[in-house]
Amino acid sequence: MTRLRAMIIKEMWALLRDPKSRIVLIVPPLIQLLVFTFATTLDVKNVAIGVLDRSNGVHARELVQRIAASPQFRGIVVLPSHQAMEEAIDEQRVIAALVIESDFDQKIARGEGASVGLVLDGRRSNAAQILAGYVSRIAGEYGAQLSPAVAMRTGEAQVTHWYNPSLDFMWFTLPSLVAIIVSVAGIAITSQSVARERELGTFDQLMVSPLRVHEILIGMMVPPMLVGIFNGTLFLLVATLAFGVPFTGSFALFILSIFLFQLALIGLGLLVSSASMTQQQAFLGSFIVTIPLILLSGYAAPIDNMPDWLQILTYADPIRYFLVIVQGLFLKGMPAAIVFQHLWPLAVIAAISLSAAAWLFRARME
Amino acid sequence: MSEGDKTGPPVLQGSSRRRLLALMVKEYAQIRRDPSTFLIAFAMPMLLLFLFGYAISLDPRATRIALVVQDESAAAARLSQAYVHSPYFHVKIMRTVQPARRMMQQGAIRGFVVIPPEFGKGVASGRPAPIQIVTDGTQPNQANFIAAYADGVRQSWMAQEMETRGVRGGAPGIDVSQRVWFNPGLQSRFFLVPGSIAIVMTMIGTLLTALVVAREWERGTMEALLATPVRMSEFIASKVVPYFLLGLASMAVCTIIAVVAFDLPFRGSIFALLLIGSAFLLPALGLGLFISATTRNQFVASQVALLASFLPTFLLSGFIFEIASMPWPIQALSYAVPARYLIPALQTVFMAGDVWPIILPNVAILLGFGAGFFLLCFRATKRSLD
Repeated sequence: MTRLRAMIIKEMWALLRDPKSRIVLIVPPLIQLLVFTFATTLDVKNVAIGVLDRSNGVHARELVQRIAASPQFRGIVVLPSHQAMEEAIDEQRVIAALVIESDFDQKIARGEGASVGLVLDGRRSNAAQILAGYVSRIAGEYGAQLSPAVAMRTGEAQVTHWYNPSLDFMWFTLPSLVAIIVSVAGIAITSQSVARERELGTFDQLMVSPLRVHEILIGMMVPPMLVGIFNGTLFLLVATLAFGVPFTGSFALFILSIFLFQLALIGLGLLVSSASMTQQQAFLGSFIVTIPLILLSGYAAPIDNMPDWLQILTYADPIRYFLVIVQGLFLKGMPAAIVFQHLWPLAVIAAISLSAAAWLFRARME
Repeated sequence: MSEGDKTGPPVLQGSSRRRLLALMVKEYAQIRRDPSTFLIAFAMPMLLLFLFGYAISLDPRATRIALVVQDESAAAARLSQAYVHSPYFHVKIMRTVQPARRMMQQGAIRGFVVIPPEFGKGVASGRPAPIQIVTDGTQPNQANFIAAYADGVRQSWMAQEMETRGVRGGAPGIDVSQRVWFNPGLQSRFFLVPGSIAIVMTMIGTLLTALVVAREWERGTMEALLATPVRMSEFIASKVVPYFLLGLASMAVCTIIAVVAFDLPFRGSIFALLLIGSAFLLPALGLGLFISATTRNQFVASQVALLASFLPTFLLSGFIFEIASMPWPIQALSYAVPARYLIPALQTVFMAGDVWPIILPNVAILLGFGAGFFLLCFRATKRSLD
C-alpha cells in the first residue's frame, strides 16, 4: 500500500512538476471549451443571398422582403443578370441565389401554383442545403397565406423538439464537449506515462524497484483519472452556470460514468504508451487513436449516416456510449436503468483495453 | 564532414551552397529514419482521407425513427408505407406513443411521427388532422433534418393522394426548385475531402516541423548546429525545404486518392493547386519553426501546435462550420487562421475550376502570413544565440 502510494505521488509529480506542462494541462482544455462552444455550430446565420428578380411584381417583392427580414440572412444582393449571378456565386459573394421568372406574379394572380428557382453553391453543400430549407419554409408559408383553402385541404404537420425545444446548438455542443475534451486529455496524458520513463531511461530503475507491475500500472492510471474527473466536473459547472444548459440527471451517475469511461480511455492510452519508445511516438500514437474515436463517436456526424460496416465498428468506440450518457444526463433526465445499458459496454471495453495494456507492458519489459 | 566546414573560411560562395546541401541531406536522412515522419506524412493522411471520405457524412440516410399509427384507415396505412419506403428513414411502426417515448430517451430512435386517430376521415372530408413530428433535440442538426424530411414525405404523399382522387388546385402555392452548382448530388464528401487535405498539410507543415525541431532544441543538437558557421538563413532554409517538399508530395498523393478513390471532380488546373499549396505551406512551416524555437520542449510544442494549428484548421477555417454563423469575436479570430484562406481556394480548385478572383487574393494573404511568421522565426532563433 505504501509502495502504491509512493508510485502515485511520483506520477503526480511527473505530471505537475514542470510549469509549462502544468499550464498545458489546464489552459488548452479551457480554450477548447470556449472555441468549440462558439465555433462548432451547424446553424446557418448571417449569410448573404442573391436575388435575380425578372418579374418585378408585387408578390415577388413581398417574398424577397420576407426572406430579407428573416434572421438567417444578413442581406440581399440584387443581381441584375444571369451572368452577374454566375460571378457572385463563383466568387462566393453569395452562397445561394433566388431566381424569380417573369411570369411569377401572373401565375399567382391566376391562382396557379408558382415556382421560384434557387441556385446553391455546392462547394458548401451542407450550409446551402440548410439554407434551402429556410427559403422553402418562407416560400411555403407565403404560398399558404395566399391560398388558405388549398392549405387547409393538404393539412399540416406539428413539429415538437423534445429535450431542447428551441434547438439551441450549445445544448448539444457543451455536453458533447465533456466527452470529447475529457477523452483527448485522458488519452494524451496516459500515453506519455510509460513512454516518458523509457525515453528518460528511468524505466529500468522502475523495473528493479520493489514495485509490482500492477502497482506501477495503477500508479500511472491515477493522475489521468483525477485530471479527467476534475475536468469533467469543471465543464459540467461551466456548462450549467455560465451557459445555462440544464442538467437533469443525477450527479452520482455522471461521476460513475466518467470513471468507467476514463478507465476505458486509460487502457487505450497505456496500450499506446507501452507500444512507444519515445514521447514523440506516444504523442503521435495517441493522436492517431483519438481522431477516429472522435469522428466515429457520433459527435461529428450521425452514426446513422455511416455505411453499415462502419456502424458496426463504432460499437468498439467508448466515446459513442459516453456521448449518449452525457447528452442523456444533461438534457433527457436519463434514469439509472438506461444509463446502465450504456455503461456496461464501457466496462467491457475498459476490461479489454486494460488487460491488453497490462499484457503488452509485461511483454515489452524485457 | 562538418569538421572540414568548421575550419574553413565561412563566407565563400561555393562552400555556402555545399553547406546548405549538406544540411538538407542531413535533414532528409532524419526524415527517412524517423518513424514519426512516417506516421504524420503517411499514416495520418490515409486515415484522415478514409474517415472524411467514408465515415463522416452529413448526408442523411436511414435515420431511425418510429411511426405511431393511431388510425386504422386505408389512408393512414398508405401514408405509413410512404414513410417505410423513404430512403431517409428506417422506420419502426407501433400503435402507441409510450414505447416511442422510451426509445427516444434511450437514444434508440431520433424522432417519431404520430398519425392521429380519425386521420383517414379527415383526408376524405378535405380537413385532415395535423400529423405530429417529434424529434430528439439533443442533436439539433439531425432534429431539423427529421422535421423537414418527415414533413416532406407527408407533403408529397398528400400531393399524390389528391392527384389520384382528381382534386383540382391541390398544388402548393409557391414551390422552390433547387439547382446545386458544382456538386449536384449534394455529397458532403466533396467539401470534406478537400478540407481533410488542408488538415494534412497543416499537420505536416506545423505539427511535424514543430515536433522535429523542438526535439533538436531539447537534445541540444540545435546549439551544436548553431555553433557551426552555418548562417541563419541557411539554417532555416535547410529546415524548410525538405518539409515543404514533403508537404507538396503529400498534397499530390491526397489529391490523386481523392479523385481516383473518392470520385471527386478536379475542375481547376494543377498549376493553381500547386500555387495554393505552396502559398499555404509557407505560413504553416513558419508557424511550426516558430513554435519549436519558442517552446524547445517536445511535449509543450506538440500541445501548442495542436492548439495553434490543428484545431483552428478544423474549427475556424470554414471547413465544416460556417464562419458567418459564429459570434463576432470568433469570426475576428478566424481571420488570423491561415487555413481560412486555403479552404475556399482548395474547394474552388476541386469543384469549380480556376476562379482567379478567389484564388489570387487568398494566395496573397497566405504569402503575407508566411513572411510574418518567418520574420518571427528569425527573431526567436537569433535571441537564443546570446
